[in-house]
Amino acid sequence: MRYVDEFRAVDSVQRLAEEIRKTTIQHWSVMEVCGGQTHAIMRYGLQELLPEEITLLHGPGCPVCVTPQSYIDKAIEIALLPDVVFCTFGDMLRVPSGDSDLAQAKARGGDVRVVYSPVDAVEVARVNPDKDVVFFAVGFETTAPANALAVRRAKDEGLTNFSLLVSQVLVPPALLALLSQPDCRIDAFLAAGHVCAVAGLDAYHAIAEKHHTPIVATGFEPADILRGVLHAVRQLEAGEAFVENSYERAVAQQGNKTAQALMMEIFEIAPKEWRGMGVIPASGLALNAAHADFDAERRFGAIGAAPRRDCGCISGAILQGVKRPPDCPRFATSCTPDNPIGVTMASMEGACSAYYQYREGGSGHER
Amino acid sequence: MKDEPAGPHCAINAGDGALIQLGHGGGGSLMRDLIGKIIAPAMDQASLDIESDGAAVSLGGPAAFTTDSYVVSPLFFPGGDIGSLAVNGTVNDLAMCAAEPSYLSVSFIIEEGLSIETLKRVAQSIGAAAKTAGARIATGDTKVVERGKGDGLYINTAGVGSVKAPFAPGPSRLRPGDAIILSGDIGRHGVAVMASRAELDFTPPIRSDCAPLWDQVRALIDAGVELHCLRDLTRGGLAAALVEIAQSAGCEIAVDEPEIAVSEQISSACELLGLDPIHVANEGRFIAVVPAEHADLAVATLGSASAGQARRIGETTPAHQGGRALIRSAYGVKRQIRTPKGEQLPRIC
Repeated sequence: MRYVDEFRAVDSVQRLAEEIRKTTIQHWSVMEVCGGQTHAIMRYGLQELLPEEITLLHGPGCPVCVTPQSYIDKAIEIALLPDVVFCTFGDMLRVPSGDSDLAQAKARGGDVRVVYSPVDAVEVARVNPDKDVVFFAVGFETTAPANALAVRRAKDEGLTNFSLLVSQVLVPPALLALLSQPDCRIDAFLAAGHVCAVAGLDAYHAIAEKHHTPIVATGFEPADILRGVLHAVRQLEAGEAFVENSYERAVAQQGNKTAQALMMEIFEIAPKEWRGMGVIPASGLALNAAHADFDAERRFGAIGAAPRRDCGCISGAILQGVKRPPDCPRFATSCTPDNPIGVTMASMEGACSAYYQYREGGSGHER
Repeated sequence: MKDEPAGPHCAINAGDGALIQLGHGGGGSLMRDLIGKIIAPAMDQASLDIESDGAAVSLGGPAAFTTDSYVVSPLFFPGGDIGSLAVNGTVNDLAMCAAEPSYLSVSFIIEEGLSIETLKRVAQSIGAAAKTAGARIATGDTKVVERGKGDGLYINTAGVGSVKAPFAPGPSRLRPGDAIILSGDIGRHGVAVMASRAELDFTPPIRSDCAPLWDQVRALIDAGVELHCLRDLTRGGLAAALVEIAQSAGCEIAVDEPEIAVSEQISSACELLGLDPIHVANEGRFIAVVPAEHADLAVATLGSASAGQARRIGETTPAHQGGRALIRSAYGVKRQIRTPKGEQLPRIC
């Protein structure tokens, strides 16, 4: 498989690991931002290949995980309405809210459908003119252009029975919020390569400079991730802090201008609540005034505050890299992917789920 | 199949566009015609006695008995259909008991409105698959449920067969140091069905590996390979099979990821769908746990029994409380294999 096999090749992975060992002198904590990177790190056991001076912290880049509980409650409420078809990516089905989730709403008779693309949900709306079709638009800069495209299509076709329940978030403001925490122990970021491919690198320069923190755009294969770590460690050991592109085959400095234009044609920047991190200014997207008719909140009522449910889950701290899954007494005991208490276990790309799936023994013992 | 009093009845309308009606399951002449004129001829089974309530069969010696229900959607997919799946699935369950498939029952639960032509195609596929597997369809049943109460067609098959190995294989026979042999490349069936369900067009189309396994198992027995445990890699794939065996046996199993054959096309498709091939269903692959000294013979035998790509992928290690399966990556890092909760779902990004 071109563009994959060469980035998993044993010799290049081992060469990079050796290079990192030679470069590392001091202790460093490097946060990989994206859940896909966390998944790959656990899947391939990359932490085991790094010197013990380097700690990988797992960041907030799992779109399922950072979607607040109030949105899940609203999604379940809408999905259970008669004459509604609720379309979603599969990952959202099992995200728990209280004692329910979308999979249970489906079992209770809600018409919940898993789609592979938001454009498929537009097709559902087209063939079901008597139903209200709602798509759960979650994700980062990576999903926003496709969600925008779905709205543009629905508008062009004059479909009035299609809407989005929007929980779109933006990465740079979240990184800034993490660095501004008093107990922050992040020395460098591996920025999410696919987000950078869409949004470009411009937004990161001010962050790297203000907090003197290297930010390295990094891919998702084992060699990509090690290369990102190597570049971050080189900067750290040299006392430097700048934005570096380690994922040149996908990321251009300016990003994808077409996708950015499409996003801003449909959405506008808005304050946004992140699960575990609270409301972060200018960290989300909302449908703009010209497309407000496609807003599911306008049709089905605004999202309220979720009731506080203290289940003892520490996913908020995990999403900020303050704690790791094995720090939680419930990890792999009362909280498992079969019975997730929190979202970081429920989502396939959540850090808890990645630890549970891939760590030897799964008992949570750190090396 | 219930005998009906003789009498005049309408010839069944099986022309283009003819549909199953509730009456086809009512026990009357419509049902009798459906079975006698459509299903039985399509299956072309000399042993099928549609005039009796059951079939009398004889098996010498120890026998294995199994049943399974098939609800696959869509009914037809590249490389197979619900009919061939219903035969091979049950035949393979017998084969995993080291039993030669002898007799099958086939029960149809049909949704009102299914086209009779579709049913006929499925019945033909059942007949052909049974012949290939060397099994005879001895009895069956037909029911019709109202429109909206079924997904076109469900099939249950049961099978009996004679056990041909000196002892029935099972996890309790595992010994430390046994070799794990994988019969071929993995992931084809699950990806083929998922691709047709999602209307993802791969070029060339990804075909299911749906096939009977008895010939391969018999070849192992004939070659003198001692079979400690056999498991076909259906739902949950290789991962579920390894974890189940390890847990039942209370031992540890370790396999080498680079030894697990996955075709270029399947690994690309899995990459696209966000799946790990070890979790994807197969319908024509199995693992055999054999004494280490029989491993080379088992691989050579499976190679010549046309499975292709049979490999030794790992071994059992001394007891581990509760049992677990580990996988070693190409980088030499070990991780535990977990089984997914339920249905496989595509990743979000």
